[in-house]
Amino acid sequence: MTAKIEKFPGVYLREADFQEGNVLFNEWDPNAEYAWDTGVAIGRYLAELKEGRLVGVHCRECRRTVIPPRNFCEWCFRPMDEWVILPDTGTVNTFSLCYVTWDMQYLDEPEIPAVIDIDGTQPAVGIMHMLSEVDPDEVKIGMKVQAVWKPVEERQGSILDIKYFKPV
Amino acid sequence: MSMRKVAVVGAGMTKFVRRAQETGKELSYEASKMALDYCDLSLDQIDCVVHGTAPDSFDGVHMKGEYLADGSGGWRKPYTRCYVGGGTGVFAPIHGWYHVASGLFDLCLVVCEEKMSSCQPHPQGAFLTIFDHTTERPLGPNLLWIFAMEMNRYMHTYGLKKEDIARVSVKNKRNAADHPCSLLGDADITLEDVMNSPVLAWPVQRLDVSPVTDGAVALVLAAEHVARRISDNPVWIEGVGWNLDTSYWTNRDLCYPRYVENAARMAYDMAGITEPRKQIHIAEPYDPFDYKELHHLEGLLLFDRGKAPEATALGITQRDGDLPVCPSGGLLGVGNPIAAAGLMKVAELFWQLRGEAGARQVPGQPKRGVAQAWGDLMQVGTVIVMGV
Repeated sequence: MTAKIEKFPGVYLREADFQEGNVLFNEWDPNAEYAWDTGVAIGRYLAELKEGRLVGVHCRECRRTVIPPRNFCEWCFRPMDEWVILPDTGTVNTFSLCYVTWDMQYLDEPEIPAVIDIDGTQPAVGIMHMLSEVDPDEVKIGMKVQAVWKPVEERQGSILDIKYFKPV
Repeated sequence: MSMRKVAVVGAGMTKFVRRAQETGKELSYEASKMALDYCDLSLDQIDCVVHGTAPDSFDGVHMKGEYLADGSGGWRKPYTRCYVGGGTGVFAPIHGWYHVASGLFDLCLVVCEEKMSSCQPHPQGAFLTIFDHTTERPLGPNLLWIFAMEMNRYMHTYGLKKEDIARVSVKNKRNAADHPCSLLGDADITLEDVMNSPVLAWPVQRLDVSPVTDGAVALVLAAEHVARRISDNPVWIEGVGWNLDTSYWTNRDLCYPRYVENAARMAYDMAGITEPRKQIHIAEPYDPFDYKELHHLEGLLLFDRGKAPEATALGITQRDGDLPVCPSGGLLGVGNPIAAAGLMKVAELFWQLRGEAGARQVPGQPKRGVAQAWGDLMQVGTVIVMGV
């Protein structure tokens, strides 16, 4: 190249180019709506959430209990052997204090997403959920947490039936 | 295996910019034309074309590969588009490599393009669909979450401080100041600048992240008998590897990219590399975030687990260090037009190994380099080893 080439193509459009109307563009607002079937394993997962329970699956061949549930073991490639009701407690594996929305608007108070290793899984594996009822500065990896459920009448069979996890 | 030797004989790229006036097709054409001119070939001499580009949803164009095909010289030729997320930029030349190594074609044009700016208000809107639609998306995730959580786990596991990681951003943005196509090159940036930049999703701050970018890069691959005829100094593709880990990302150990190690071992085996720390002279690991360079250097077996930050602090990964890492300036400095960014790393090895990298030239006549990219739901590793 780069030693051999003096001028590279590509024109950098600046904000002023748009304000001054120097460039033209058009826009499109897509109407993209979807309805996802939950499938066998996640369907049961959501049904158990509605009952206020976390459910995982056990593979005897691989000697592991995992969550979220799946109806086949992707390691030994055979059906999972049994459903296992797990406690709604766990350990913070990792987390973030997020001060921006997806489109980069700043937030005054951080959202606290976390991977929570669920008690009773083997080897320990987690799910993603939110932490709350905790001072952001106090959140630590290794912290023990427990699910805070929506009232029974408000549950819909959704991951949001757990409002968040809070420190035990 | 009876595979033919394959060389890179030409490379071209556009400037990497936040928003380009050119369309994706026009960017693809510019990079492709430069790559062909580099080795004095015309399009009719090219046997097949491989295009790499990220999700259709960035552009709002169904079958984006077909849409971009004329810009990359693909019409009326055997043409394929490949896509493995962020890993695409290094997978595309692998895809081209097996077209030529197999004996099916002698000359292959590999083009990677990305125009992220079209997606409004922010391309994160298209990226968000990587999260599981039933078990994760109802939580209202932000793409930064997944990286911030992986970075936090990496820091926690090895007891690292934020400064240990931010040094990567300083190094790469400084390196990029010498790249004529760079978007964020800055010769004067300091560790304090990175540490004081706004917190987005702790521990990720503004200057830990690569920018939204438009750009294109192209390479010409040739079978050995053709490469020796048309080039005095071909750069050989000595090894390739790719590997995919589970999409149950919350079930995976986030502190170490095992899939990168698997891909690296595949590429090193093919290249006959038994001691990568001695036999690799330049590394261009994927650095969309500063911690990812460190993570990937460890996955590439170039440093012990958790030790890449220390090597960075000691200057080992500087352009004039024992193992120059991202002498191009990487994604953090040159920019991150997803697929094009990965191919930029392979193009950088081409220029570096030929001694044509100008102000960015690594001293000591490097003979072998490795480039790597990463993507999908943070679980694909693509690796290429090149040498002269």
